[in-house]
Amino acid sequence: MKHPELAAEFVRNGPRAHWHDQALWFVRARRDRAVQQVPEWEWLRETASRIKAHTFANLAGYLEQFEAQATRLGAHVHWARDAAEHNQIVLGILQRHGVRRLVKSKSMLTEECHLNPFLERHGVEVIDTDLGERIVQLAGEPPSHIVLPAIHKTKEDVGALFHEHLHTEKGASDPKYLAEAARRHLRDKFLAAEAGLTGVNFAVAETGGFVVCTNEGNADLGVSLPKLHIACMGIEKLIPRARDLGVFLRLLGRSATGQPITAYSSHFHGPRPEGELHIVLVDNGRSDLLGREEFRRSLNCIRCGACMNTCPVYRRSGGYSYGATVPGPIGSILSPARDPANYASLPYASSLCGSCTDVCPVKIDLHHQLLAWRRELAHRGELPWSKRFAMKAASVVLRSVTLYRFAGAVARWLVPKLPRFLVYNRFNAWGRQRELPPFPPKSFRQLYRERHGKQG
Amino acid sequence: MASRDDILRAVRTHRPPPADLPDVGGQGITYLDRPRQFAELLEAVGGRCVFAADLAEVNRVLAALPQYATAKKIVSLVHGAGAANVDLNRIEDPHELEDVDFAIVHGRFSVAENGAVWVTDEGVRHRAVLFLVQHLALVIPAGAILDNMHQAYERLSFAGPGFGVFISGPSKTADIEQSLVIGAHGPRSLTVFCLGDVGQDTAPSGYAPRTSTSTGST
Repeated sequence: MKHPELAAEFVRNGPRAHWHDQALWFVRARRDRAVQQVPEWEWLRETASRIKAHTFANLAGYLEQFEAQATRLGAHVHWARDAAEHNQIVLGILQRHGVRRLVKSKSMLTEECHLNPFLERHGVEVIDTDLGERIVQLAGEPPSHIVLPAIHKTKEDVGALFHEHLHTEKGASDPKYLAEAARRHLRDKFLAAEAGLTGVNFAVAETGGFVVCTNEGNADLGVSLPKLHIACMGIEKLIPRARDLGVFLRLLGRSATGQPITAYSSHFHGPRPEGELHIVLVDNGRSDLLGREEFRRSLNCIRCGACMNTCPVYRRSGGYSYGATVPGPIGSILSPARDPANYASLPYASSLCGSCTDVCPVKIDLHHQLLAWRRELAHRGELPWSKRFAMKAASVVLRSVTLYRFAGAVARWLVPKLPRFLVYNRFNAWGRQRELPPFPPKSFRQLYRERHGKQG
Repeated sequence: MASRDDILRAVRTHRPPPADLPDVGGQGITYLDRPRQFAELLEAVGGRCVFAADLAEVNRVLAALPQYATAKKIVSLVHGAGAANVDLNRIEDPHELEDVDFAIVHGRFSVAENGAVWVTDEGVRHRAVLFLVQHLALVIPAGAILDNMHQAYERLSFAGPGFGVFISGPSKTADIEQSLVIGAHGPRSLTVFCLGDVGQDTAPSGYAPRTSTSTGST
């Protein structure tokens, strides 16, 4: 995949790209207001980051503790090395219970594992119950944002989609009316479901329980009606103690949408009476990332989406331009870790302004990691020919004073005289949407010498 | 079990340098007027806060609530509050709660910084009632309003199996063009009754497991 090409598609519709930018900036502004209400915000971030560092340094022990405690509470714990094994485990549980209809709340992990299409191929109806996820599911699209899956759709888009699938009135686009239609539709699905699947926001080693956060209450509806609950989590979701939840829940809602906390923060400890609870622990590349000093902090991520909302590139290029489950700055670090050759363009989808690092509630040094990835990709020879050639040429010219002066003089004299097609062509990515600045008649050295001469 | 061992081995091989676990106790924002802060936050997240001296006052406020006055099926797990006509304990299958209009349930304590109320499934046969009803009312002791989430977790213990949830306002969504819509799939409204005297600290240890004895601390 190439980020610039996918982004070009998105920005072709200028007004829409602008609307997208503004919609996300609105969420960022709400986050700022919420954060300003908490005087100890920086202490919270620092503490969260330290809790994560401690957990990762003792992860194996905490995983074992979590497994023992969860089992003691009556849950079944499964381990999956990769996406395929995860999907197979989930399917196996569903098949043993004869489940044909599954309701799911938001889980980026199951998106990462492409669980839905896998289960559908095996005859299981999978309904995403988060409204945003249901919207993109009906549209046959993946989420374009991890917290706001349908942020790229206007209410008119949703109205047209619901008219087609839920038989709402043609042309209706009032969010209240559309949400009400979705409520009726999804409540039917909740009542008909034979099993519920949720993600996990935080799992607690000390107690063997886990927490799921939603605003709609869809996770709770999904698992409090059917008897079977499957919870899927990456191994990095673990925290040591229940009281650490105080730190993370205070950070999550405020960072994600500017809410002081999500409407529902549900704490599951063991199955409900007469019910069955399965917890699937998934590695899928996480243990590798743990061993890479420069990049391991990306495992701190609590999937709040704040780095996306603030990113000048994400806001203007849209979630699909990243070609991955997790887009934006954090996705641009996680994706190359998974597949460096395919995602080599993502660490360049950044101005390195550092705004992501400033808003990250768990202190991931996002823009430093993006820069580190650029270095790593260059070493691995994953850069495109044009970048490699330009860097080589720059390195030769910048190393020699004579060559540098000569090249400057030639450029100042020659470029303004060249016909347009020789300057603005496919080799000049810079000049694609903008004009080059006018070439100055004199170099800085010349100007400096003239002035210095007058003064001296 | 091969996968389990592989994952644990990989995690041990890639173990980062040691780091201390920070202390999280005794921290966090406090408020001069906790009840007022809680009421304001609850309203900001779409809920309603009512301070009631006694259950008679709760019933008077309920009677004046249009959602309650028009409700046909009512569940009440708070003795003396509301006129229940559905007995949760006599229902076998939670799906039967589909058409319950109003439920009144005990909350354990609330949190001023975010308008959340801690509710558990202790004594609640079907926890689905919290999410499936059209309108929900929670009754908490007025003295059980804490400042922040750190204080909340100091009170909670999770020794045995059970379910607990922080509920902050009614079910909501902003997934259609960032327009806030109250009543996504769950309750369309949330009323929190703070019962009795706000002056005394009556916050209990909030989490009594269904089995074994509670090891909750206050």
